[in-house]
Amino acid sequence: MAVLRKLAIAALALGGAGAAAFWWLTVPEKLGAETLAALGTGDATRGQRIFDAGGCASCHAKAKSEGDARLQLVGGVELKTQFGTFVAPNISPDAKDGIGGWSLEDFANAMLKGVARDGQHLYPAFPYTSYARMKPADVADLYAFMTTLPPIAGKAPDHDLAFPFNIRRGIGLWKQLYLSDEPVVALAAGTPEKVLHGRNLVEGAGHCGECHTPRSFAGGPENAQWLAGAKAAEGDGVVPNITPEGRDMSGWSESDIASYLETGFTPEFDSVGGTMVEVQKNMARLTAEDREAIAAYLKAIPGRANGFSGSQPKPTG
Amino acid sequence: MRKLVFAVAALALATTAAFADVIADRQAVMKENAKDVGTLVKMVKGETPFDAAAVLAALTALNNNVQKIDVAASFPAGSDKGDTTASPKIWEDPAGFQAQVDKFKAVTAAAVANPAQDLDALKAQVGAIGQTCGTCHEAFRVKKG
Ligand code: HEC
Ligand code: HEC
Ligand code: HEC
Repeated sequence: MAVLRKLAIAALALGGAGAAAFWWLTVPEKLGAETLAALGTGDATRGQRIFDAGGCASCHAKAKSEGDARLQLVGGVELKTQFGTFVAPNISPDAKDGIGGWSLEDFANAMLKGVARDGQHLYPAFPYTSYARMKPADVADLYAFMTTLPPIAGKAPDHDLAFPFNIRRGIGLWKQLYLSDEPVVALAAGTPEKVLHGRNLVEGAGHCGECHTPRSFAGGPENAQWLAGAKAAEGDGVVPNITPEGRDMSGWSESDIASYLETGFTPEFDSVGGTMVEVQKNMARLTAEDREAIAAYLKAIPGRANGFSGSQPKPTG
Repeated sequence: MRKLVFAVAALALATTAAFADVIADRQAVMKENAKDVGTLVKMVKGETPFDAAAVLAALTALNNNVQKIDVAASFPAGSDKGDTTASPKIWEDPAGFQAQVDKFKAVTAAAVANPAQDLDALKAQVGAIGQTCGTCHEAFRVKKG
């Protein structure tokens, strides 16, 4: 009997320690004073470019919106994942249903730390794992632009997630593994400004890795296979390898890549398809320098074998 | 029994081969479309000079090709398997796919009826055609690695 009691106490203590560690590891962490100071005041005109590069409208406007409807960020787009269905919320400047009441600091904490205004963790279905690599000044520009958009009333439906993914606190553990503001690809000193700018756009606002990089069992990016291509989130297709070893990429020049992003046509004049169509439309709204910078970065990163041909070989025929 | 197995195997082979032809044919049509569009895109990008006669020729070739698209003949059920990037959605949403084909036909017909006479008009025309390609590829095509 005594032995059993001791065992139970040990188990309890251990469990208690585990819970404390869990609590400590999962506290939502906000931005430090240094980053907050780097935000600056923000410029709405520059912010529009970040808005386009970031594809905010693709998730936060109604599906298939064109023209002015792209700027009505009422939410509602559904994202189906292995963890359940996420619904993008209203982020229009509406004070009640949107983020009209959010300060620049609140907004920056969401974009760079994945923490909501109420201090809770946000789900990484909102691609802040990428946005965390944005420059603080770009976040401030984006905020300035977003305050110019029309406020729209109306709440999007709640997410539909299974236990334990419906517990936000657990996201803290995930962040320990995957949230970082360090660049993915370390570039040598003396790397041309163009490539650095491209890195900032691709790894940060452009969130290209969210689709083009394979994911681990926990749903985080496998950065050792950065941009090497991945199984598509929905359906049985693949997202291509866009490192210099990709089947198409190996034959594309920098100007071929920039032209694809601008026009949607490959060098053989095949047309862009799948989920890349929305991204390409956003890329077409950037400046030629931005697209050239993205192309230069894609040529500068290490080549990788296809990230989608891993586990199960595809039967043909 | 052996004979039956053989017959079944032969049949399976025959159907795969038949689809292989259908798939190769529709891909060849698409590639020709891409070539015609390429003539136009090169002018828009300034790689070749604007040439109204060449524009009309490319639009005419494209339109002739597109008007011939017959969904039932070129996309028989089951031809999403094999060396193809056709998405199963073509057969899950046949009305949606047919609507994209009809749109494609309308856009190329309108373009031939009113071919661009200068570079700005060509930009708009290529933009409209490219949008049609992309919208259909967005919903009904899938890369399989
Ligand atoms: C891939 C889809 C997707 C994209 C692209 C996206 N978001 Fe979101 N966003 C979401 C989802 C899903 C949530 C909800 C996360 C949650 O509930 O934890 C969200 C939440 C947010 C929130 C928190 C809102 C709240 O009420 O808590 C903000 C702010 C936000 N996004 C801003 C942006 C901005 C700005 C961009 C563009 C730079 C952007 N998002 C791009 C999907 C997306
Ligand atoms: C929402 C998912 C998604 C995002 C985000 C995304 N891509 Fe893509 N990308 C795709 C898919 C899917 C394709 C395949 C397109 C097709 O089927 O025609 C693709 C194709 C490409 C291609 C052509 C590759 C080839 O082999 O033909 C390039 C280049 C590319 N993407 C670059 C980018 C860049 C740069 C970014 C970031 C600015 C980006 N992508 C963001 C899904 C995405
Ligand atoms: C009505 C829908 C639709 C439209 C519109 C459309 N395509 Fe396609 N396209 C497809 C489908 C489906 C495939 C996949 C065919 C296959 O692999 O069996 C395809 C494949 C292709 C291919 C690859 C062919 C190959 O060799 O595998 C090219 C190139 C192409 N399309 C170019 C274009 C261009 C350029 C346009 C616009 C001028 C266009 N497509 C418009 C549906 C469409």
